[in-house]
Amino acid sequence: MTELSLHSGISVHRIGAMILRYWYLLLSSWPRLLELLYWPALQVITWGFLQLYIAENASFFARAGGTLIGAVILWDILFRGQLGFSISFLEEMWARNLGNLMMSPLKPIEFLLSLMVMSLIRLAIGVIPMTLLALFLFHFNVYALGLPLIAFFCNLIFTSWSVGIFVSGLVLRNGLGAESIVWTLMFAIMPLACIYYPVSVLPVWLQYVAWTLPPTYVFEGMRALLIEHTFRTDLMLAALAINGVLLLASFGAFLALLRSARKHGSLLAGGE
Amino acid sequence: MTENDKASSRPTVADRSSSAAIAVDHLVKVYKQTRAVDDISFTLPRGSITGLLGGNGAGKTTTIAMIMGLVLPTSGRVQVLGHRMPEESAAVLGRMNFESPYVDMPMRLTVRQNLTVFGKLYAVKNLSDRIAKLAEDLDLTDFIDRANGKLSAGQKTRVALAKALINQPELLLLDEPTASLDPDTADWVRAHLERYRRDNNATILLASHNMLEVERLCDRVIIMKRGRIEDDGAPEAIMARYNRTTLEEVFLDVARGRVNGAKEAAR
Repeated sequence: MTELSLHSGISVHRIGAMILRYWYLLLSSWPRLLELLYWPALQVITWGFLQLYIAENASFFARAGGTLIGAVILWDILFRGQLGFSISFLEEMWARNLGNLMMSPLKPIEFLLSLMVMSLIRLAIGVIPMTLLALFLFHFNVYALGLPLIAFFCNLIFTSWSVGIFVSGLVLRNGLGAESIVWTLMFAIMPLACIYYPVSVLPVWLQYVAWTLPPTYVFEGMRALLIEHTFRTDLMLAALAINGVLLLASFGAFLALLRSARKHGSLLAGGE
Repeated sequence: MTENDKASSRPTVADRSSSAAIAVDHLVKVYKQTRAVDDISFTLPRGSITGLLGGNGAGKTTTIAMIMGLVLPTSGRVQVLGHRMPEESAAVLGRMNFESPYVDMPMRLTVRQNLTVFGKLYAVKNLSDRIAKLAEDLDLTDFIDRANGKLSAGQKTRVALAKALINQPELLLLDEPTASLDPDTADWVRAHLERYRRDNNATILLASHNMLEVERLCDRVIIMKRGRIEDDGAPEAIMARYNRTTLEEVFLDVARGRVNGAKEAAR
């Protein structure tokens, strides 16, 4: 049987093999599955009750019902999407399996594509129950956002992959000593992404920085949809354009860091 | 026949490199101030078993890593199965494989799951038959559905060897293949490697500290010290050069700087 390829060089079989490897891993470990569900559920319950309390005591939030809990769910797509990508990558570092993979016919682009698919699978396991909790406990139906939700989701997941690819490159180059970046980098953009407040709250000079981040457009777009009932296509297209640049840049950075890792012999070391 | 005709019929360096399993040419690797590998050259013919000997820090692992494309040389070139590494690695990685104490198989996956994943990565045809054959040959059947992390050191080594043989490689690179094994298991692994080479005309390059292993398996030995090749030849020829009866004695002569004295005495 000839090898099924998307185009010259990229093998669907090899991507499938890597997804199978992570799937086996997920199924073999109930703590890993529980961890996927636990934090998102905790987040939505805490913020859901806060939303209820504020809505009862502030007329603006009563009108803008769901902005907090909606922001929490979208933030989790962004954060969990990146973690889903990066943790699958870290599993290879923890297992000291990276040398086996780098020596195999698996190509970097195939490796990254398999990590992207795994981030979607892990996200689905964690976030779908979270949205159902929001629906049953707080009567917030994120799916009622309709088609705009797809635009929000795509832009957030593209950003999460860009960050995931970049931090994976850093860990590849610097070993597990750089692991903390995986867990914390997304929080660095949190204040500027304006998850829970509008961009106009920021000082003017900082607003310019905020608008370089695709999630800022998504959270502004979500507020426009929930408060003004307007879908801002312009915001989504701008976010998509920046995401395109970010994805290309992160892939370039990953390849450069991989080359640097080969130069410094860190692929075999892999430790701290 | 003119001089020009003679010259054109003579095999060039490039011809010899492309027909060799491995051709290493003036290879250098410098890490900051350390010259881990210092201008080494050798060619391994297909179907040979070569031992790479040397003390800790001699440059064996770095040399093997450069052959595999995991480490970029500072200068020099490596050709594997006729292709430049790492530039043309895509053409050869499916035809070679390796085992090293620096890498592990995923611990939570069972032996069968691990072999399935790697078999798919290497696009092995009739994968379940191949896994069954390896399980039989390497005596993995009793624990094939057990997690890799729950195996003994000897069992893990056999599993790592099964992974290294999953694609029936033409070239096998082994770094300390019998380290931490009891003598019985180590002997068993050696016998399997000999059989594999014979049956598949495979080329094997192995780095080892076990001199008996090298004497038994290898038809050629390359001794490294401080990143350079100290000696290169058949085990018997090297032992004769140093006037020694075992490779272990030769190793000690090289490690302790008694090279010139030993060679003098042999003369």
